[in-house]
Amino acid sequence: MKNNTNNQQQIAKDYQRVPLVLSGLEPLVIDENSNFINVGERTNVTGSRRFLRLIKEENFDEALEVARAQVEGGAQIIDINMDEGMLDGKKAMVTFLNLIAAEPDIARVPIMVDSSKWEIIEAGLQVVQGKGIVNSISLKEGEAQFIHHAKLVKRYGAAVIVMAFDEVGQADNYERRIEICKRSYDILVNKVKFSPQDIIFDPNIFPVATGMEEHRQNAVDFFRATKWIRENLPHAHISGGVSNVSFSFRGNNTVREAMNAAFLYHGIQHGMTMGIVNPEMLEIYDEIDKELLEYVEDVLLDKRDDATERLLDYAETVKGNTKETEKQKQEWRNGSLQDRITHSLVKGVLEFVEEDAEEARQAVDKPIEVIEGHLMNGMNVVGDLFGSGKMFLPQVVKSARVMKKAVAYLLPFIEADKDENSRSAGKVLMATVKGDVHDIGKNIVSVVLGCNNYEIIDLGVMVPPEKIIQTAIDQQVDIIGLSGLITPSLDEMVYLAKELEKLNLSIPVMIGGATTSRAHTAVKIAPEYSKTVVHVNDASRAVNVAGSLLNPKLKEEYGISLRNEYDKLREGFLNRSREKNFLTIKQARANKLQLDWEEFTPQTPNFIGVKQVAVNLDELRKYIDWTPFFRSWELHGKYPAILKDEVVGKEAAKLFAEATEMLNRIIDEKWLTAKGILGIFPANQVNDDDIQLYDENGKELNKFLTLRQQSEKNKRASNIALADFIAPKEHGKQDYIGAFCVTTGFGVDEISNRYVKDLDDYNSIMIKALADRLAEAFAEYLHERVRKEIWGYDAAEQLTNEELIKESYKGIRPAPGYPACPDHLEKKVIWEILNVEEEIGVKLTDSLAMWPASSVSGYYFANPKSKYFGLGKIKEDQVADYAKRRGISVEEATKWLNPNIAD
Amino acid sequence: MEKNIKKELENRILVLDGAMGTMLQQYKFTEEDFRGERFKDFGHPLQGNNDLLSITQPKAIAEIHAKYFEAGADIVETNTFSGTTIAMADYHLEDIVYELNLESATIAKKVADEFTAKQPEKPRFVAGAMGPTNRTASMSPDVNDPGFRAITFNELRIAYKQQVEGLIDGGVDVLLVETIFDTLNAKAALFAIEEVKEERNIDIPVMVSGTITDASGRTLSGQTAEAFLISISHVPLLSVGFNCALGADQLMPYVKRLSEKSPFYISAYPNAGLPNHFGEYDQTAEEMQALVRNYLEENVVNIIGGCCGTTPDHIKLLSEIAKEYQPRKVLVENY
Repeated sequence: MKNNTNNQQQIAKDYQRVPLVLSGLEPLVIDENSNFINVGERTNVTGSRRFLRLIKEENFDEALEVARAQVEGGAQIIDINMDEGMLDGKKAMVTFLNLIAAEPDIARVPIMVDSSKWEIIEAGLQVVQGKGIVNSISLKEGEAQFIHHAKLVKRYGAAVIVMAFDEVGQADNYERRIEICKRSYDILVNKVKFSPQDIIFDPNIFPVATGMEEHRQNAVDFFRATKWIRENLPHAHISGGVSNVSFSFRGNNTVREAMNAAFLYHGIQHGMTMGIVNPEMLEIYDEIDKELLEYVEDVLLDKRDDATERLLDYAETVKGNTKETEKQKQEWRNGSLQDRITHSLVKGVLEFVEEDAEEARQAVDKPIEVIEGHLMNGMNVVGDLFGSGKMFLPQVVKSARVMKKAVAYLLPFIEADKDENSRSAGKVLMATVKGDVHDIGKNIVSVVLGCNNYEIIDLGVMVPPEKIIQTAIDQQVDIIGLSGLITPSLDEMVYLAKELEKLNLSIPVMIGGATTSRAHTAVKIAPEYSKTVVHVNDASRAVNVAGSLLNPKLKEEYGISLRNEYDKLREGFLNRSREKNFLTIKQARANKLQLDWEEFTPQTPNFIGVKQVAVNLDELRKYIDWTPFFRSWELHGKYPAILKDEVVGKEAAKLFAEATEMLNRIIDEKWLTAKGILGIFPANQVNDDDIQLYDENGKELNKFLTLRQQSEKNKRASNIALADFIAPKEHGKQDYIGAFCVTTGFGVDEISNRYVKDLDDYNSIMIKALADRLAEAFAEYLHERVRKEIWGYDAAEQLTNEELIKESYKGIRPAPGYPACPDHLEKKVIWEILNVEEEIGVKLTDSLAMWPASSVSGYYFANPKSKYFGLGKIKEDQVADYAKRRGISVEEATKWLNPNIAD
Repeated sequence: MEKNIKKELENRILVLDGAMGTMLQQYKFTEEDFRGERFKDFGHPLQGNNDLLSITQPKAIAEIHAKYFEAGADIVETNTFSGTTIAMADYHLEDIVYELNLESATIAKKVADEFTAKQPEKPRFVAGAMGPTNRTASMSPDVNDPGFRAITFNELRIAYKQQVEGLIDGGVDVLLVETIFDTLNAKAALFAIEEVKEERNIDIPVMVSGTITDASGRTLSGQTAEAFLISISHVPLLSVGFNCALGADQLMPYVKRLSEKSPFYISAYPNAGLPNHFGEYDQTAEEMQALVRNYLEENVVNIIGGCCGTTPDHIKLLSEIAKEYQPRKVLVENY
């Protein structure tokens, strides 16, 4: 069937058709290249007894499964019809369409709102966000009504099916069909200004082989009318209810499926573009038994007088021979229990979750473990997919519902199993703070916690702090959960924390919502409240957090560890924060780090001067820090533990194996070469912030300019600059400093481009990621040699690679552009003194990035007291001072240092 | 001389203004300021109701419009993002909605006319901003009851109609249905606009701007960029585009997708980057300019501006580069 559709081009040679475009959550474009569009018919109460029963019983879960099965089965549009005398059709239509809107894998296709009553159609149009199709309008009740309806359809933004029906009645022959369609078309296009491509004619599919003489031409007339419309009414489409044609063979699916398929085949040949069919009940044209096909086509095309009798005789022989298509079990049901539960959660499938929950319950000691294990594992997958943009909110909300259903099933067992304290896990107050009306996230957290046996007191949105506090006290809640999406909500949360502190309450507070962050919680909220405050970044984590907050054995320790974590985070942030007090650069210099230069004498390096270094790539292998490698692939976790990680372990191990394989080739086939250069120079600190370099004869060379922390420190903490680690000139002691640049980047672009050409993005990224790691490894390797041998200030050092990664060595190798010295201009100085570009070919771009990218440069500081630190924000006075020292304008200095300049 | 936004769009890229909220924050208005004399004794808190400032602090609103025009904006948006009975219900101010829209439009129009008079070769326009309201017509706020709706199409249609009438009476040049999270809300707004157009027998250009919420590349109600475009294309629009939620770089792929398909002019007014950990936007004007330059290089926009976190500085730099480029040409054959 699918291969037979380029007929449309043949018919429509004369003009360029404008495509018919429709939408659900996703677009559906019907143009010359489209295959036949299947419209699902199972969600139609007039055509499906089962669906009617489900709607009557208000069993919407299963009714939705009917819709889902159709879409999964290939329906590209779904027809919804609620026309039944015993139903409140309008209400049923709205309810069902609203429910569909919450099912992304159904709602992704356009909706066909099907009713013979205008009020039902209009109610349906008011709840569909996409561009759907109205099924149908016609001239049956006269032109005025027709125009009125068409105008509204247009204003609601839908396409329309027009029945071949007029004031006289339904078109039942070729001439009437084209007459009514032409008249309808002209009114729509000329009077209503309806887009012609949005007009879809249904020229009436009537049954054949009824035994009545006047029905013999039913199919043929339809085909001819279809062809005429496509040729004479520009851009219009043709649809029809296909299964009508085989109505006489109800109960004989073999014949019906063959007849539907054959009708469709010929309809498409004549220009039919879409049709209402049950895609699950359709034989493939080429697979119809040849004998049967002959009988069917004789009937459809009215080829012989005895065609009907011959088909009826044949039908008797295949009666009851129904095929088992319905029973095809969905494949995913064969997976492991966890896989099935995860599938249900990710896909939001309600149907099997109780069954699976029961199976899981049988497998564990306590029913609650199903929630904490199977279900939370599944929700974690949901959380990850959501976080990475592979699921979107409506789907997540659906997952939460599946979760809830499973929990509801498990609850009685949990109750029955309870020991005294498992009744309610705790009382949680949830509120979106004052001034904010967003509550989707809060609701999700409430559901997830509710599922886990917490009693939820949900105060809703825009809740004033007084109400939150009063309720918390009155209801003796165990946890207060605050949510907010907009920026001002953050201040509300801070205010609330202050109030709780004032009242000397000790209820732990959970913070969540899109604008909240761990950093904000640590910096702004936690300091205001001496009890526990915790930021919860996603709903699936809320359960663990709430559990830890309330577990009598854990809560103390958990509270302390949170506080420590936030203190540390805050410290880190305050270094960068704008709302800090700053010292003048003069004051900062006065508070510089004073090392004891009387006691300490810098060691004279074994080597002074500049030299190139080479290394065999194989040698670098053991210096590789793999953790950032995984991070570059968005897999978070420490190597090697990440390889065994429950969530990403499998991916990580696979990635690692493939990385190792490529690394072997890089090394064995010498894809890349490692080049490096280093220099060690006599140096002294001058004018507080500068490092003056000398040659071996004491002649002044370049200066390194360092920047000094300017934010106000606690007592005893110094305002550090890198220069502080070098002995000041006035102390009269000769100190030293080193600098280096290493690269493993030559050749990377070529290899990577080759992969790109082969459309192998994976490996093109892989080679870059590995080259970066090798460059870092080279820097690590060289630093070790510098410490132990070239400079030799720590010849006795014995460190493992883990200790290297943890930077347990003496001395540091900070790099320009990184926190201790964000000034990229320093690279120019390094390039000059080491003559980097000429020696090893690494260049600096205009923005002072290194090319090739897989390169590392930096300084060496040998002082055992030297350490890595972050400069944080600096003020204009230092910028001006720096500009003077550098010999550039303040504007230029501002440009380079901008990210570090405080407002 | 009659100014005509369609004619301007044929010849150049127009610049829309930047954030109103960000600018208002600098005034640090207190509850008292929000109330002004008129709402001194009003029974509910009003701080945060920025739209109300058009009535209680009209000078500030006019000042901000003027700053954006000064910076080079061709179009400013009225201060009516929440100017519907639905959004105003949070503040119990449903009754003043018509007046609010009328006043806001009047203020903006006055400033625009002053600038047009000063510089007739660069006529200035006022877009009547119609926000999404705080309810969604195609999503349930209650996870346990996915079929529930906190608002209906008809309620939205009626509320928007009132807003449209206020805006048109106040003299806006175009209507801008913006920050669309839920396409059904936008369809109700468009329905209302079509009704008013028919009732008054007038034509007024309509701009539509959706919001792609996150990396999924979809609206909050789940539609892809193309599906969104299709769903609102039944109305003859002046422009379609995206704004808010994302910075210029994250937004670009979706704008491009619209540009490939749209028979209308394309607008884009992204945020000044993504908010930092404190919910503040810190993308500088220069950074944003560099990102927006890519839009212009690729010739995908006709109207460019800024949303959350953007200031006159941002708009100034955007307007500088907008001059350097040709506007995108509109396709005719697609939807």
